[in-house]
Amino acid sequence: MSIEDQLSGLAGGLPDGISEGVALGTGLADGYDLYPSPLGEVVVTFNTEGVSSLDLATNGYEARFADRHGRRLFRAEPPANWGRHIPGAMEAGTPGRLPVDLRSRTAFQNRVLHIAATIPRGEVRPYGWLAREAEKPGASRAVGSTMARNPIPLIIPCHRVVRSDGHLGEYSLGGPHNKWELLTQEGVEPARLVELAEHRVRVQGDPATGVYCHPTCHVIRASGEWNVADFPSTAAARSAGFRPCEVCRPG
Amino acid sequence: MDDLTAALARNLDGAFPTLVESAGPGLYWGLRRLCGDHQEAEDLTQETFIRAYRSLGGFDRDRFDELRLSPWLWTIALNLGRNHLRSRSRRPTFVDLHEHAASEDPEPPDTAAWDDRLSALPINQRRAVVLRHVVGLGIGEISEATGRPEGTVKADIHRGLDRLRRVMEQEQ
Repeated sequence: MSIEDQLSGLAGGLPDGISEGVALGTGLADGYDLYPSPLGEVVVTFNTEGVSSLDLATNGYEARFADRHGRRLFRAEPPANWGRHIPGAMEAGTPGRLPVDLRSRTAFQNRVLHIAATIPRGEVRPYGWLAREAEKPGASRAVGSTMARNPIPLIIPCHRVVRSDGHLGEYSLGGPHNKWELLTQEGVEPARLVELAEHRVRVQGDPATGVYCHPTCHVIRASGEWNVADFPSTAAARSAGFRPCEVCRPG
Repeated sequence: MDDLTAALARNLDGAFPTLVESAGPGLYWGLRRLCGDHQEAEDLTQETFIRAYRSLGGFDRDRFDELRLSPWLWTIALNLGRNHLRSRSRRPTFVDLHEHAASEDPEPPDTAAWDDRLSALPINQRRAVVLRHVVGLGIGEISEATGRPEGTVKADIHRGLDRLRRVMEQEQ
């Protein structure tokens, strides 16, 4: 055999893994890994921009991802510089130092999702509050559909956004009972929210400080349940001489 | 413009996986013979495609018209390889494949002898011989990829093959 023939025999096919690596590195595919969560095992997807989605690790999540995002999915290690923040972000229910990829969302949806991410663990806010904070006070319905299509639930805590009548509302990650479960684990007591709503309590004020808050705000909760005044609206609180809390900004 | 270049110009994201499938084996095996290491050749192949993808995203119609894919990819690969050899440290790729999915070395062990023989060649001869006879590029394409005149490329191949023959005679 000639030396040229021997040299041409030194090549072969493309080793497994290279085209996947290229697809991940170019952003034509996302990587995914599985993590434990309060709602069972979840699949977290990521790319060079950050975490792109979170879904329950039930059958068919790869097809669901391709359907929603139009990209392929390969099992991979998240980027070393921020991948280690994923479990902590799920635990805290906020991205923190974890970059998130929300390029598929509109500018308004991006703003709303980033504001939702600031709601502290153990507290809830109504859809209307989120619309007001996003400077579109009339857009509660658009806020609702943004939360319903939140690509990264648990990490962007849409479970902390509830109906203004105190009922929890829908939850995209497996249904409303999961929202109830998550809030209970955070110490919110969803039954108390429903009870307050039934008594038409929207905000509560502390006569000692003259400040009114959302009922789950840590500022008013520090006052103790028996020391607070209940109000059916922010207008009622203001006309009773109270001013809005600067932390939970009840409006 | 060939069909694949035209497809890339039309729909980069849609056609790019085809480019990886068609040019990937030549790139990987050429790099493998040049650096002698599976992991390094894999990293360099991936990085070459990732850089190519980013560049193609900024190409206008004229750039696509004059693009010759194989030599262009090899220009990128050889530049990366040069810096790689200089640093010799493994750069972390952006998204490392999960260990279950990471590729295994597909090499049968008896080709190690060829890596020894090729590594005995001066770098320009090794590059020219590998690109011509392992990868299968034409003289003009090698000239374009390496930036050396065609006459010099031919001489590099000729001298390289001569040297390989002598090395093999000494082995017997």
